[in-house]
Amino acid sequence: MLEIYETPLNSRLLLGSARYPSPAVLAAAVRAARAEVVTVSLRRESGAERAGQGFWSLVRELGVRVLPNTAGCHSVKEAVTTAHMAREVFATAWIKLEVIGEDDTLQPDVFGLTEAARILTAEGFQVFPYTTEDLVVAERLLEAGCRVLMPWGAPIGSGRGLNNLFGLRALRAHFPGVPLIIDAGLGLPSHAAQALELGFDAVLINTAVAQARDPVQMAAAFAQAVEAGAAARAAGPIEARDLAVPSTPVIGTAFRG
Amino acid sequence: MKIQVNGAWREVSAARLAAALEDLGYGESVVTTAVNGEFVAVQAREQILLRDGDSVEVLAPMQGG
Repeated sequence: MLEIYETPLNSRLLLGSARYPSPAVLAAAVRAARAEVVTVSLRRESGAERAGQGFWSLVRELGVRVLPNTAGCHSVKEAVTTAHMAREVFATAWIKLEVIGEDDTLQPDVFGLTEAARILTAEGFQVFPYTTEDLVVAERLLEAGCRVLMPWGAPIGSGRGLNNLFGLRALRAHFPGVPLIIDAGLGLPSHAAQALELGFDAVLINTAVAQARDPVQMAAAFAQAVEAGAAARAAGPIEARDLAVPSTPVIGTAFRG
Repeated sequence: MKIQVNGAWREVSAARLAAALEDLGYGESVVTTAVNGEFVAVQAREQILLRDGDSVEVLAPMQGG
């Protein structure tokens, strides 16, 4: 069973809550995904509309653990303040830390990320850093006190899958005991299965489910893929080879010799 | 006095953050606040005195990835 910050999780599929066609579809997708962790955010609330109140009621009814993010933050200061605000409103020490460094790719600013992770960990937060596959950055984040890493598969919302297989494999091999969750860029259940087959502990999916023609069916498909990938990893996949190896025994083959 | 609330200028008469939030319609809403970029915990809202030109952020739970 996956354990993150002393919290055991049965499901290796974490789900984002944004961009669904309706709150009802979001709720149905969370159930279909059998997700135990759902990411949430904070946005400006209008005193007249109070749009956030309904959303918060819905999430509470789902009975899931929430993972608040600092999405949209471009500086250490913004991310740290947003984390403080999230801890108060969501009553959790968990924070998915995003410090965005570049707007076209939404690539993390890994320097700011490391600094913010250090500050927040010292304040008692349990930080889930959204990072790249860079080994040195990973090492710094662990030194800063993070006990889980969330490397990107590809840019957020791009649906491209695992962009840098070599880098991700190296990351997995380098930190065998650290929970690694692929966050961002997965588009298909096969991408999620591949991540689990490579030994990643879990995946976080949002756009690929929320923007599918049928988000609920896609959530179920991702749940199956994650389960299959984890089972395959546990079963010990064979190594890929360049040349054929006959699967039917060759001894006793007719018409030979 | 005039303060910025979520980026928009608003006229408020209340001097303290808690009362200003009430006047602005937040009432019993689940919100979290920052003044001039610094987090203000819910217990501290009664003590925080607002000044002309202050920037107040009022955030609530929202969908996120």
